[in-house]
Amino acid sequence: MIVLGPDPIDIAAVAAAVGDPAHGAICTFVGTTRETSNGDERAVSALDYEAYTELALADFAAIAAEANARFGPLKIAIAHRTGHVALGEASVAVAVGAPHRGAAFDACEYAIDALKARAPIWKRETYRDGATAWIANAAP
Amino acid sequence: MALRVLAFARLRELLGFGERELDVASGASLDEVWQTLTAAVPDAARMRASTRFARNGVLVDGAARVADGDEIALLPPVGGG
Repeated sequence: MIVLGPDPIDIAAVAAAVGDPAHGAICTFVGTTRETSNGDERAVSALDYEAYTELALADFAAIAAEANARFGPLKIAIAHRTGHVALGEASVAVAVGAPHRGAAFDACEYAIDALKARAPIWKRETYRDGATAWIANAAP
Repeated sequence: MALRVLAFARLRELLGFGERELDVASGASLDEVWQTLTAAVPDAARMRASTRFARNGVLVDGAARVADGDEIALLPPVGGG
């Protein structure tokens, strides 16, 4: 399951998408929007995500294939919001189903780290004073 | 020769478009396209080192040449997750 769009993320559906009778583990990571960003004490009042959809979807598929090649066999699902995301809501979810938990944890961490490093998605914070800023992820 | 150029996030705001057509000389490089687009926008021009280019959905470097009808995307530092 690969999802990129404005609808709220159904975390249960993302986890269910990687279920398999041959698996003994499902690891999920859910990233939620935060009231203050790193190194900036201004309170955030709104977050908006923008994506280059065509390339982001290709990246998600490539990341899933890389995770499978490194840690598989496994199933992986990736979902990311676009547009306005309210504070505290899920902006991203990754789920990995694998025969054992070690591979599930490792693949889940690999996928979210790769997504944050390279997927063409951007986050704009709006602060209570009305100012806005595009927030880049830290270099890995 | 006509390109379709996409700009995202801060570059979209600085350049004043999310998508536009651009006429360039045949055989132009992406670095030349960038210079054309940012010549009058110093704040955008300063982002060159941190900006990645995609041509028809594939990442390429600034020396890559463009062809008529290409879709060029200007990608500032990403912030997904």
